[in-house]
Amino acid sequence: MTSLLVIAVLVLLGIAIWQLTKIFHLTQIGAATYNENSEVATDRDNSVNGYLMFGFLGFIYVFTIYALIEWGHFALGTPASAHGPQYDSLMATSMWLIFITQTITQFLLHYFAFKYRGKKGKVAFYYADNDKLEFIWTIIPVIVLAGLILYGLYAWTNIMFIDEEAKEDAIYVEVYAKQFSWEVRYAGKDGKLGKANVRYIEGVNTMGVDMGDANAQDDIPAGELHLPKGKQIIFKFRSQDVLHSAYMPHFRAQMNVVPGMVTQFGFVPTVTTDDMRQDAAIMKKVANINEIRSKKSAELVAKGESPLEPYTFDYLLLCNKICGASHYNMQMKIVVEDEATFNKWLSEKKTLAATVKESKEKPAAPAEGEAAPAAKPADSAAVKTDSTMVAQVIKK
Amino acid sequence: MSAVGHEVHAHDEHGHDAHDHHHKQTFIEKYIFSLDHKMIAKQYLLTGTLMGIIGIIMSLLFRMQIAWPEESFTIFKVLLGDKFAPDGVMKNDIYLALVTIHGTIMVFFVLTAGLSGTFSNLLIPLQIGARDMASGFMNMVSYWLFFLSSVIMVCSLFVEAGPASAGWTIYPPLSALPQAIPGSGTGMTLWLVAMAIFIASSLMGSLNYVVTVINLRTKGMSMTRLPLTIWALFITAVIGILSFPVLLSAALLLIMDRSFGTSFFLSDIFIAGDVLHYQGGSPVLFEHLFWFLGHPEVYIVILPAMGLVSEIMTSNSRKPIFGYRAMIASILAIAFLSTIVWGHHMFISGMNPFLGSVFTFTTLLIAIPSAVKAFNWITTLWRGNLQMNPAMLFSIGFVSTFITGGLTGIILGDSTLDINVHDTYFVIAHFHLVMGISALYGMFAGIYHWYPKMYGRMLNKNLGYIHFWVTAVCAYGVFFPMHFIGMAGLPRRYYTNSAFPLFDELADVNVIITIFAIVGAAFQLVFLWNFFYSMFKGKRAVQNPWRSNTLEWTTPVEHIHGNWPGEIPEVYRWPYDYSKPGHDDDFVPQTVPMKEGEEELHH
Repeated sequence: MTSLLVIAVLVLLGIAIWQLTKIFHLTQIGAATYNENSEVATDRDNSVNGYLMFGFLGFIYVFTIYALIEWGHFALGTPASAHGPQYDSLMATSMWLIFITQTITQFLLHYFAFKYRGKKGKVAFYYADNDKLEFIWTIIPVIVLAGLILYGLYAWTNIMFIDEEAKEDAIYVEVYAKQFSWEVRYAGKDGKLGKANVRYIEGVNTMGVDMGDANAQDDIPAGELHLPKGKQIIFKFRSQDVLHSAYMPHFRAQMNVVPGMVTQFGFVPTVTTDDMRQDAAIMKKVANINEIRSKKSAELVAKGESPLEPYTFDYLLLCNKICGASHYNMQMKIVVEDEATFNKWLSEKKTLAATVKESKEKPAAPAEGEAAPAAKPADSAAVKTDSTMVAQVIKK
Repeated sequence: MSAVGHEVHAHDEHGHDAHDHHHKQTFIEKYIFSLDHKMIAKQYLLTGTLMGIIGIIMSLLFRMQIAWPEESFTIFKVLLGDKFAPDGVMKNDIYLALVTIHGTIMVFFVLTAGLSGTFSNLLIPLQIGARDMASGFMNMVSYWLFFLSSVIMVCSLFVEAGPASAGWTIYPPLSALPQAIPGSGTGMTLWLVAMAIFIASSLMGSLNYVVTVINLRTKGMSMTRLPLTIWALFITAVIGILSFPVLLSAALLLIMDRSFGTSFFLSDIFIAGDVLHYQGGSPVLFEHLFWFLGHPEVYIVILPAMGLVSEIMTSNSRKPIFGYRAMIASILAIAFLSTIVWGHHMFISGMNPFLGSVFTFTTLLIAIPSAVKAFNWITTLWRGNLQMNPAMLFSIGFVSTFITGGLTGIILGDSTLDINVHDTYFVIAHFHLVMGISALYGMFAGIYHWYPKMYGRMLNKNLGYIHFWVTAVCAYGVFFPMHFIGMAGLPRRYYTNSAFPLFDELADVNVIITIFAIVGAAFQLVFLWNFFYSMFKGKRAVQNPWRSNTLEWTTPVEHIHGNWPGEIPEVYRWPYDYSKPGHDDDFVPQTVPMKEGEEELHH
């Protein structure tokens, strides 16, 4: 059946080409030849293609409008981080600029192609230069881009350079990547992540935390990323094998995860998962997705397979740097909740030290939690001493 | 200076010509190990076209997988075999291999060698008035190295564990560790070997182009009388010489890491249950080295297309190029800036954010010369007498996609905005439109325009029109919707998007994209048919079918070694005197002396 369809399509395509050739051919009958050689465009060709150029302008406009209406809602919606609105407004400014420039320049290009289509006997205007004109269209992009650059750099500095005041009660979270999953580690009561290196990986200590480090004693590992609303979060990213990229689209946040070094990104989550589920745009999106899924489920059930689960909105952490065969499915759920719920959730988690101790069943591990005052005064967040290259700089 | 060089050269070549009359060239001398730049150009074009066919078929395969994830297709079974497509369902590691090799082939083998290799070889000697390249032998070696590297790249597709599959950017550690992905074994080794040979080939070609342009211009052909094609090809060669060696060094260091246990790019790795010995290297270093070539590379791809389009557009508008000097200045500006913007690929790589600020600044600057070029092309059309030959259509199409694709560069070049669209389909849409499709349009325009020069016959224009219009619609149909799914946060290089319910609503768009891709690719068959059929059965070309000014149209239709049967013509004017008042014809070839009292414009 499929092959029959393929053949039918091919035949139809063939006929289409043949007919199109014929049309183009017919347009040339009786047309004066511009050149003795018939494979050079004639006045008819110029005319037909000139009109088609104008038509193509229509195609670009209609396609753009269609896409905006049909697909405009794909955009990620309300940003869930403090810097998100600034990001979105910069994006909106750039987009407006792009749409305006696109509309005007494509119009000029295609309209000129249509308007000045060639005719025998017509003479083009010998016009090689105009310094004033060129100056104008050099200076306009200069001014516009200067504005964009300044706005962009201002936002970039805001996002990437985190203030010291914010650091005070910031929550440090390590996001640890491996083929093909994520783990997280919270700094615990002392607010400091213990040192780590892949050489310490052993048994339940899957992130290679140095259990001899005092700061590591109260570190808490987790399989889900929970964040308290309104607190400065500073992520430290580590990878044990290849490059990954921690992409949290709803927070307008992304940072590559590089083996052998610690990278960093920080933001303040501003909308809890529950609130986001009540967001009008998100509700519409979810309803739309569920409609699609229920249709697909019906098909699956008809085929005797199990139906798809209905979708509820959740924030996501995705891998966004090619990392191997299952790159497409390296994800983690992010939950944003109010601080109390977050603290409760975290306090119910076991510390890594306790887990390690349990698994080894020997009492050698030092006391947890109390070790905090004894922490070294060195950069609290530095997981490894050679991690001088960090993607965000903490202002000292 | 150039004139002296040319005379010596010409004298030399006359000797050769006399020699050739006695000994008819054998088949091998003429068609295989040819020293003639025109033949080498055709060899580049054919090899590039074949590689292009492979690259496009690959893209169709993975597009089908994205549109209809994990469905069974007979074509997968036939082309990928049981191992990579059991029961006709594409496996995830071969998906990544297809993506990787598609990128590699299209960027390097089609749009670098196929485009600039073809037209540099064909046009540089012909348009500057030289009998051949400065070194015909080196030129031949350059082509055969390219051929060898193509063969190795194609061979790597048949390696048991699969070809390289770490993305065309081959970031280590993924590309260095076979434990991380099977393609990083023999497949990756062959990839690196092929690329090392490719770089050698490219360097030889580029050196030759630069020397030829500087030394072998005919009498009167000053730098400001060069056609813009030559300027573009010349500067392209210069960028190639500056940046390709850096990729070679990156490739060599990666080979060392892979095979000899060094730690340039690798550190602290735990994989498959073992800690590896690597210590102290940094993948970010590789990214810097790679993009130091990688970014200029996109200009190596697009500049020749810009040059071809400038020439074709003026010739078909019957009007001088607007702002000749501004066009040269913007080529130079783009070339210079292209070497200091590589960091915009690495805003979120983990490098110091301060560097991000610097690279944002330099990157957005590049929009200025690009905008100047676009405006100048549009003004060239204004009040012209446009001859809508297929080459002209592709040139107009080039400007259209260059603008559409270029504008989104404002978003990606801005470090802040890059945070959320980095490595999504938005990026794919951007670079395919601005360098992929645009450069292909430039290449098609060049082929339609110079086909009579290459093969002495004309391409069928009606097939050309069909080819253009379907391609133009499909190119937008494929890449325009990608902006939207990219803005939705859909990452690139995902085998299937079904692992995230969030992306379910994008599935229909992916089907639309794939259908446009299949139709667009199918209509390239029209071009291929036209290309090969016309080679033997096309209408015979006249000497100057497009009534152009440049020197290549003063050579006889039949190719001869040495290009001109008699003396090399002398040049008296710039190449853009179209529709100049005071002349009978609407074109004045460069070989026509200035009339008495005729004004030479300060263009």
